[in-house]
Amino acid sequence: MSRLVIRNVWKQYDNQVVLERINLTVPEHEFCTIVGASGCGKTTFLRMLLGQESPSRGMIELDGQPLRAEPGPERGIVFQRYSVFPHLTVRENVLLGLELVASRLSGRLFGAARREALSRVEEALRSVGLEAAAGKYPSALSGGMQQRLAIAQALIKRPKILLLDEPFGALDPGIRSDMHHLLLGLWRATDMTVFMITHDLKEAFALGSRLLVFDKVRRDTQAPERFGATITFDIPLTRRDVEKDDALRMLRARADYYTGVSPEHVATEPA
Amino acid sequence: MPRLINQHPGRSGALALGALPFLLIVAAYVIGSDLRLTENPNDKLLPSFAAFGAAIEKVAFLPDARSGEILLWKDTASSLLRLLSGIFISAALALAAGILIGVIPRVRAAFAPLVAVLSLIPPLAILPILFIVFGLGEVSKIILIVIGITPFLIRDLALRTGEIPPEQLIKAQTLGASTWLVILRVVLPQILPRLIDAVRLSLGAAWLFLIAAEAIAATDGLGYRIFLVRRYLAMDLILPYVAWITLLAYAFDLMLRRLSRRLFPWYHAEIPRA
Repeated sequence: MSRLVIRNVWKQYDNQVVLERINLTVPEHEFCTIVGASGCGKTTFLRMLLGQESPSRGMIELDGQPLRAEPGPERGIVFQRYSVFPHLTVRENVLLGLELVASRLSGRLFGAARREALSRVEEALRSVGLEAAAGKYPSALSGGMQQRLAIAQALIKRPKILLLDEPFGALDPGIRSDMHHLLLGLWRATDMTVFMITHDLKEAFALGSRLLVFDKVRRDTQAPERFGATITFDIPLTRRDVEKDDALRMLRARADYYTGVSPEHVATEPA
Repeated sequence: MPRLINQHPGRSGALALGALPFLLIVAAYVIGSDLRLTENPNDKLLPSFAAFGAAIEKVAFLPDARSGEILLWKDTASSLLRLLSGIFISAALALAAGILIGVIPRVRAAFAPLVAVLSLIPPLAILPILFIVFGLGEVSKIILIVIGITPFLIRDLALRTGEIPPEQLIKAQTLGASTWLVILRVVLPQILPRLIDAVRLSLGAAWLFLIAAEAIAATDGLGYRIFLVRRYLAMDLILPYVAWITLLAYAFDLMLRRLSRRLFPWYHAEIPRA
């Protein structure tokens, strides 16, 4: 059981408070989508979950243990860019995750162990539709294929938590919806918990089982750095009901603020 | 007529255009040499091509009267041994130091300022110290090359290492890599082609330090020969030696470029194709 508990977490740099009073309990197999205005600490939040940053105050626990303060194999990550290794082919990029833990000295696999690992790699590549590109270098892949590779690379580690920082932000709308189907399929097939930052409210509603909205509740116009953002809305998206419609209406009214796009762009009902 | 910036020469056109400046320089030399030689057949400054031929035959094909060795090959072998030893040692040192300084914050904090200061010491200014400490043999010459180019290589490689997106280092950690494996599987393979680039850029400096060291204290070598025959104004020998050195340097550069393309195709992959 992968339960993530966040207790009264604050994050500040010098005098600037970025996040304050974050309290959250996320059970296994939740798909949390995260929205909020630019610069409101979404990425900082994700980095703390990743272990790249540590909270200034408070605790983050995974399965009752304090979260390790550096990135590790139990938490996978897909960034918007630069997630794949340019010097390795598609196949080698995915294989790397198996090789790094198999040999602490050489970081490589040989012989039968390598063949066995490669069959797992082929399976992973099939699941993201990249089997035909297995021998190519990332520079020969499109943006969508690179992100699929990054997902395959992260999933082969079977992480408890998958963190996605605007993974589809740079992709065309058509490719984006393909990626949504792919990601949802992969999520349903495993029991991992997903946290995904997005700037696209539609995407947030379509993918998530739970929506987290980051915003500042306290403001000081004289000293904007005094107060940080927190989770202002924590909305379950599993049932299409009044609650969700209310949430959508509320967010639509403030869509301009949250996403930087005008309300008509998010007027479509969630899928 | 399209604009000049849009007119591209074809393959043979580019070749012809590239050859043109060389031909012009040769023609200018022949005319200048001819003019001076008609006025004074003993002129030494711009020898004729016939004189070059005679001088080249003497050093490259006939054994030296005194030592019985063929001078050009002996000089070339000695110089290349020094040059390649120096470059090889420098590259190995720089690869290790550059990666460690680039990847490990504590190593960077401890050594980056030192390397920055060392790289500002003019290597030729400490050549006398090298001669005093290491004697006049091969060691001093090789160390001069090492001291001359290693700080540049280290700084360049540390910068290149720092340019690897932090996302990649984090990604490797989420795949289970230790510091050692991040270096071995992510950083090192990406730095090797950049090492080749950096070595190519430092070849000119390496030759400079080699020839300087040979000019001051040596008994053979390309630089030694040039400075030896300078006393007799032997331009008929100096110019072919300079051309030979240039050719060797160019061949190295070409070899390294080819090697890099062969070993690191991903590095040379151009803009995404599909």
